[in-house]
Amino acid sequence: MAGAQDIVLRLDRITKRFGPLVANNEISLELKRGEVVALLGENGAGKTTLMNILFGHYVADEGSVEAFGQPLPPGNPRAALEAGIGMVHQHFTLADNLSVMDNIRLGTEPLFSHRSGRSASKAKVEALSRDFGLAVSPDARVGSLSVGERQRVEILKALYRDAKILILDEPTAVLTPQETDALFETLRKAIALGLSIVFISHKLHEVMAIADRCIVLRHGKVVGEVDTKNTDRAALAAMMVGGTVAMPKAEYRDAGPALFQFMNVSTPDKGAAPGLKSVNLDLSSGQILGLAGVSGNGQAAIADLVSGLAVPASGEIIVLGNKVPHWSPRTAIGSGIARIPEDRHKTGTIADFSLTENAVLEGYFRDGFSKRGWMDWKAAEGFAKDIIAKYDVRCPGPSARIRLLSGGNMQKLILGRVLEPKPAIIIANQPVRGLDVGAIAYVHSRLIAARDAGAAVLLISEDLDEIQSLSDVIHVVSEGRLSPAFKRGSRTAAELGLWMAGHGFDEASHAA
Amino acid sequence: MRLEPVANPNLARQLGYPAAALVATVLVASLLALMAGANPFATLGLILKGAAGSRFALLETLNRATPLIFTGLAVAVAFRAKLWNIGAEAQLYAGAIVAVLLGTGAIGSPFVLPVSAAAAMLLGALVLLGPVLLKTRLGVDEVVTTLLFNFIMLLIVSWLLEGPMKDPAGMGWPKSTALIPEARLPRIVTGLRLHWGFGLALIAAVIVWVIQTRTTLGFEMRAVGQNQQAARFAGMPVNSVLIKTALLSGGLAALAGWSEVAGLKGHLSLDLSPGFGYTGIIVAMLALLHPIGVVFTALFVAGIFVGSDAMSRAAGVPTYIADMLLATALLFMVLAISLTRFRVVRG
Amino acid sequence: MSELFDILISASFWAAVIRIASPLIFATMGELICERAGVLNLGIEGIMVIGAFTGWMAVYQGMPLWGGVAVAMAAGMAFGLLHATLTVPFGLSQHVVGLGVTLLATSTSSFTYRLMLPEVTSPPKIEPFQPLDIPFLSDVPFFGPALFSQTALTYAAFVVAILTFWVLFRTPLGLAVRAVGESPSAVESQGLSVTGLRMGAVIIGSGLMAVGGAFLTLSAFSSFFFEMVNGRGWICVALVVFGAWKPGKALIGAILFAAFDALQIRLQQTPIGANIPYQFFLMAPYVLSILALIVMSRRAEVPAALMVPYNKGER
Repeated sequence: MAGAQDIVLRLDRITKRFGPLVANNEISLELKRGEVVALLGENGAGKTTLMNILFGHYVADEGSVEAFGQPLPPGNPRAALEAGIGMVHQHFTLADNLSVMDNIRLGTEPLFSHRSGRSASKAKVEALSRDFGLAVSPDARVGSLSVGERQRVEILKALYRDAKILILDEPTAVLTPQETDALFETLRKAIALGLSIVFISHKLHEVMAIADRCIVLRHGKVVGEVDTKNTDRAALAAMMVGGTVAMPKAEYRDAGPALFQFMNVSTPDKGAAPGLKSVNLDLSSGQILGLAGVSGNGQAAIADLVSGLAVPASGEIIVLGNKVPHWSPRTAIGSGIARIPEDRHKTGTIADFSLTENAVLEGYFRDGFSKRGWMDWKAAEGFAKDIIAKYDVRCPGPSARIRLLSGGNMQKLILGRVLEPKPAIIIANQPVRGLDVGAIAYVHSRLIAARDAGAAVLLISEDLDEIQSLSDVIHVVSEGRLSPAFKRGSRTAAELGLWMAGHGFDEASHAA
Repeated sequence: MRLEPVANPNLARQLGYPAAALVATVLVASLLALMAGANPFATLGLILKGAAGSRFALLETLNRATPLIFTGLAVAVAFRAKLWNIGAEAQLYAGAIVAVLLGTGAIGSPFVLPVSAAAAMLLGALVLLGPVLLKTRLGVDEVVTTLLFNFIMLLIVSWLLEGPMKDPAGMGWPKSTALIPEARLPRIVTGLRLHWGFGLALIAAVIVWVIQTRTTLGFEMRAVGQNQQAARFAGMPVNSVLIKTALLSGGLAALAGWSEVAGLKGHLSLDLSPGFGYTGIIVAMLALLHPIGVVFTALFVAGIFVGSDAMSRAAGVPTYIADMLLATALLFMVLAISLTRFRVVRG
Repeated sequence: MSELFDILISASFWAAVIRIASPLIFATMGELICERAGVLNLGIEGIMVIGAFTGWMAVYQGMPLWGGVAVAMAAGMAFGLLHATLTVPFGLSQHVVGLGVTLLATSTSSFTYRLMLPEVTSPPKIEPFQPLDIPFLSDVPFFGPALFSQTALTYAAFVVAILTFWVLFRTPLGLAVRAVGESPSAVESQGLSVTGLRMGAVIIGSGLMAVGGAFLTLSAFSSFFFEMVNGRGWICVALVVFGAWKPGKALIGAILFAAFDALQIRLQQTPIGANIPYQFFLMAPYVLSILALIVMSRRAEVPAALMVPYNKGER
């Protein structure tokens, strides 16, 4: 039994409500010195809310937080930082226009002072990078850094303030398998130096690899707490989901004719995001093509080209065997391309529009929904009702504003909108990001069904597990270059990870 | 503090906050009256009486509301598409210039009225087209350009009135030659000082409402305004929607100036508009950008102006109280509308 | 052509340029501070008016000139507080609130002026700031009369520009302000208050705008007119864009702009100028501002979070 002084962090019966939703329901948690506790739960289980309360972004409705035996005032990130809590957010909190050093020093000096000790603080950052294996150039502009480097800056921010407790929110979601290993190395060094870690994740194998203890959340409640050495992945999965959810399985299929082709396509760089470099890609009927890679390596450029938002700077795209003269979102839709965008809140839907309006957002100009410029709202509402029924969209009705829907239901409406016209080609960009397991299974089963009906599916995901379990062929994209096609099951995650990190491309181009 | 969206605001919330905003505005008005050494109740009473206390007052209010309906619609149409047209004042004068250009004998009846109205809308649209093309082509922010155009346009009018359009019989006063009778808008009822510009404004409001709710263009305008990124992704021609919005908005604002010249004044002078273009922003915002609502808020705003003028003469409170009240009402109302949709929570 | 040359080499011309630039420098620095923190402040035009009015009125009521400047600054900060409260914690549209603040500040000035001086027909005058010769420097030929024989408030404008640069780029406070305009979540994650920084920037910035307005009544002219600001605020918004959100470039922009303005006034009096309607000369500042915006379009890096309200905990 650990002594009371070994407990560095204690959350006591934290409850947080958002309107009618109880995001955290009497959650208690203790973290001991030198321990890694994994906070496990699927999307929407309340992990991030809990950590935002701990860090002072939110104020809990009930319950209290104690760090090193001292109560932490609610709603005060500064107090959390001063108590030695450092948080690495899932979405990086960095100012792109500032240097690494400036991001790290921000808020560490009294605001109303002249600057001093620049070189001393730089030396400290360099020492920390060395000790923890966090290579990053202190004078680089953050806007020019890769995703992995940005995460290192986030960790350095916490270490620079002498954090004793590190909270990492889904830190591996954006990393290659090798980068994940390096991160775990850093975390082990931190533990050896006496830090304690809360590791938030929904990836079981990572939790098993790094954590001493697991606390499982479901629907805002703690549903289980186990030592990792006394459990296994299956047990954790069952606890997390509350039973078993059958994930749809896709058997390998051979390719039909190519429906969408990239021929030596190049695009210009966009800020820090690299453009495509002579990419050749075939999307074939009856296949799911998985595009793996660390985000920001050219996925957006490929998605924009297929979606009609961009045209190649050089090279060509061939749609259903034809060159397309005026490529635009509307011609893409007209060519039978179903587009599931990466961000369903900002790109896929209009929050204050009704379900009906969102259902016809792409098709409103077609016969049936409008005639000579006049909308036929009755027909539009009929379409929305159809989708609601066929795709099991849980909502108050077609005239409700879509902002009231959960992410899963929003995604189902988008699925209905794009799949109902029986598309030949589907681009699904991060289609299950942020969804719970039930919704994930639903989206995947719809994609598989569309493939089985002959559609060519392009699946873009940061989640290598998702890519490997669904794709018939896999390409890896890195620095705007595309790897050769790997048939399902022909490469391990580690091998794909090497490609994601940029290895193998030069050899491949020599061989070609 | 933090704002948390209210999922389904109830009726009390939806009406309570705007009502509170109105009450707060009245309180500010009372305070201003007290500062001016007048009795607040008497002052408010005088404003009300001055705005609607007699047939003359009422007609004056309707006349004053006419250009405000047009500029309010112009702003409502543009803001709905998140096109920040702050240049209704310039477009208004563009319409007024056309009314004089074509109404002083260049065209004879019976075509002069429809032709000059159409031409006025066209010129107003073109005046806004410049800043909008700069926005869509080069990414130049339209707020500042449309604002600056207001000043440029006033100088152009000043030049026209001292040069090419100068009334030779004007005795040195900068005003244009008068419109021919055929170019004047007739009165709605003979003998009553209310011209057909008011009728046109009402018709314009209905047309804008139909466009916004029933047509594909209206759907596109609303979508572009709510979320341009999603509209573009969905295949909407965002730039062309913005340009069409600009043409409609500029055209509506131009009608304000055109109807003031053709309906009320009969000539163009530099004091044609006491800021109708800017007041249109208040009219539109108070109406929550709803075209039918614009008619009512324009009447309200016009009433405040007309009533304050009358009150000022009687009670000695400076007439600028009207501008202060409306600016206050605008700020209170945007806050109130936001509070109907978000609640303030701790942390 | 030689007339143009004669104008450009005269010390009195450059003295006028500096004079015309001064109010623009105050207000441009004020707007720049607001926008660097992520808030577009379209209240600028009205805040300049209230600054011109309150500064003048304070002196007219017997306060010393610097007291007038302080009163103007306080009035500007009060309207800045109003703007900041509505746009920062409540996250209301910066366009609408800014225009609302301009309308309110302008009408408050007119209302109060009429309230305090109901009977006057011609605007009363005060004794404005007098030119202050800087010892030795003012004796330097050409540069002396051009640069070093200005009023104290003009020197203050340049000090404010240098101070703005120094604070923004050389102090922890400036780092925080630049960060909050780029990524408020970065600021919050480091334990600083997004609301506090943004509100502070808007209030300080508005104070400077008001001093810019007060320059018109306390240094450039000696009376208050309703229309005297006349779009200068909007021009300063354009100057911030022209200056790519950098104090140094914005300062150069303001001087360049003032040079053109001073030039058009002088060209009006030349034989060629007399044949062109004066309105076209008066248009020059507005046309120039639009041109400046076009030239700079898409070249500069806009603060990434400009006009994006921040709600705590959102990322």
